[in-house]
Amino acid sequence: MNEIKWAPHIHSSETTAKIMWSVVVALLPALAGSIYFFGAAALKVVLVSIGSCTISETISQIIFGKKIRVKDGSAVVTGILLAFVLPPGIPLWMVAVGGFIAIFLAKELFGGIGFNIFNPALIARAVLTVSFPLEMTQFTAPFSYRFDAVTTATPLGILKEGLNGQIPSMMNMFLGNRAGCIGETSTLLLLTGSIFLLLRRIITWHIPITYILTVAFLSFVSGHNPLFQIMAGGLILGAFFMATDYTTSPLTGKGKIIFALGCGIITFLIREKGGYPEGVMFSIIFMNMFVPLIDKYTLPKKFGLLRTRHNKLSL
Amino acid sequence: MFEGGLKLIGFKELSKEKRIEDFPAPQQAVIPLSQHTGIPAKPVVKKGDKVLKRQVIGEAGGFISSPVHSSISGTVKGLENRLLPGGKTSLSVIIENDGNDTAVEGVQNDWKNMEPGKIISLVQQAGIVGMGGAAFPSFVKLSIPKGKKAECVILNGCECEPFLTADYRVMKEHYAEVIEGLLIVCRALSVKQSYIGIESNKKDIAVLVKKFLENLQTSVSIEVRILPEKYPQGSEKHLIKSITGKEVPSGGLPVDVGCVVFNVQTVLAIRDAVCRGIPLTERVLTVTGLVKTTKNLRVRIGTPISDILAYCGADLRPELKIVIGGPMMGVNIASPEIPVIKSTTGIIIIPEEITPGDEIQPCIRCGKCIEVCPMKLVPAELGRYAEAKNWDMCRNLGVADCIECGCCSYVCPAKRPLVELFKWAKSEINKEGKSK
Repeated sequence: MNEIKWAPHIHSSETTAKIMWSVVVALLPALAGSIYFFGAAALKVVLVSIGSCTISETISQIIFGKKIRVKDGSAVVTGILLAFVLPPGIPLWMVAVGGFIAIFLAKELFGGIGFNIFNPALIARAVLTVSFPLEMTQFTAPFSYRFDAVTTATPLGILKEGLNGQIPSMMNMFLGNRAGCIGETSTLLLLTGSIFLLLRRIITWHIPITYILTVAFLSFVSGHNPLFQIMAGGLILGAFFMATDYTTSPLTGKGKIIFALGCGIITFLIREKGGYPEGVMFSIIFMNMFVPLIDKYTLPKKFGLLRTRHNKLSL
Repeated sequence: MFEGGLKLIGFKELSKEKRIEDFPAPQQAVIPLSQHTGIPAKPVVKKGDKVLKRQVIGEAGGFISSPVHSSISGTVKGLENRLLPGGKTSLSVIIENDGNDTAVEGVQNDWKNMEPGKIISLVQQAGIVGMGGAAFPSFVKLSIPKGKKAECVILNGCECEPFLTADYRVMKEHYAEVIEGLLIVCRALSVKQSYIGIESNKKDIAVLVKKFLENLQTSVSIEVRILPEKYPQGSEKHLIKSITGKEVPSGGLPVDVGCVVFNVQTVLAIRDAVCRGIPLTERVLTVTGLVKTTKNLRVRIGTPISDILAYCGADLRPELKIVIGGPMMGVNIASPEIPVIKSTTGIIIIPEEITPGDEIQPCIRCGKCIEVCPMKLVPAELGRYAEAKNWDMCRNLGVADCIECGCCSYVCPAKRPLVELFKWAKSEINKEGKSK
């Protein structure tokens, strides 16, 4: 007797775990860059963050009596992303707290993988930002690990708040040789990973391109250098790796474009008018809330509805 | 061309070059009375009766029904409930073969001057049903409802399921008879326009057919359309869309856009019924996958699948799946004692490497299912609502339009049994509808 299995009897080789580990691979160039620019401190933050996230996930799943899914790699992705949006010099215990917030509060309490409403890494960062405002805004200068640790301001901070420091050259910003969060500084290395994700068809162009172009356009219109605005903060990291998170972004291409437009506008507004120099984090969290609504109004038009009057969608 | 769909690995080279062989008549045939969509046939034989090959053993049980004929000559051993592919059971006539193969004589007919009504009644009496897998009685399709009009006939030669090559071999070896069948169908429907839809992996058929058409005298226009290899190209609605650009309305029938679609083997069976007076008692199917020799076989209806598997040297390790039909929409059978029926397109022993794993994970909302859904539904959301037994939302999101092609389940990285969930939702919605 053979066991009955349902159709289809063949399957693509793609799995959730393969997708997540591919995202990890895509983050590796930027990780290597962060160690080069900020030294072992950056690596320590990343490792503590990954550790905290995976341990928090295991514990939560045990508490909730769920299947343990750490091997699917999603907690590792969250761990790296969280570390990437923290300053290099942050006390490690805060990183551990952040990992717990990301996984337990923002993900597992909502039902675990696939059910969270907000991007876990960004929620953790938001909580840390309001809880530890000082530590979250102390940025060390690149290569200062080779000398004495020197704190400096991020390019957006210098521009907006007139903080002391020199705005780095475009080339240095492109390469990543600037102050900032651990993983956000190198446009070059982030784009390298992003191209891999695009080619691997894990993400589509809709969100990152719309998001970046919206910020660039609004910056240009309001008299800023669009290229500076793209590279000076967390936009590249946010647009390619945070806003594209499957669970917290819309399902269809049309929905993704609307979502990314919203992210772009809010990022611009916070940078221009808000109380923070950078707005990527809050804009994505804000737009995460609208995903169910966007999904509802951007459903694909069903096959066979072109010529019928009946059977109208009513949700 | 329709949106969505998948480019699948064909696995057709395994059996593509194998000529159709006649499979020996079985020692014992198990002929189910419910091989078609609709009401089961009523038995007209009893235990101990002698029957001839092609003799009626079950007559139509209602309008949407079909008669059933014996595929061998011999003695009725009994009527028993037997398992069908798909897990249902049907009252079946068990016939012991006498080895003589004595057949009811067929009546030769010239269809060229035949009335459409006469053709339709011959098709009905011959027990012909859709042989592409759906098994819908063909005469019903030929009887156009009042107020509707058929404008074109589409011959479905796509065979878009991987592994299957039976229709390909039938077109290759019997294209003249198939085209005659197509002309008969056009006459029955009083239609002057027809298309032959084939996928681009069968270009050799297009060459053969076009050459044949050059010397054919007919008032019917026959156009061969080579369509891209894209699953589910052979789905009725999607084939119509690819060829005519029209979309069958949601909840409607092909004839609502003036089209009637027939499978290659169905048309061949119609030709045999009308020209030679032969009912449907055998069909061509592909035996492939993990078997010693892959084959395209002409098999009597009622032949136990175990006989065929033994003949082809199938790998019968219990961990391997025996699939009846194609790998995308076919059914996995629990026991090889199940017989071949009118809609059995193939028997596949699926290699383990390409089967889905066991573990079902939560939806991560990657949206791949939405990209591939040829009906433009939202399988990701539908799946979640079905899991939550929210039948109202399933209905609102159009689960009734799902053609169960399996594209969504195929691409799902979380291995969610989406099609299975939708079948469940549909049956629950039907139950609700009936109890109201």
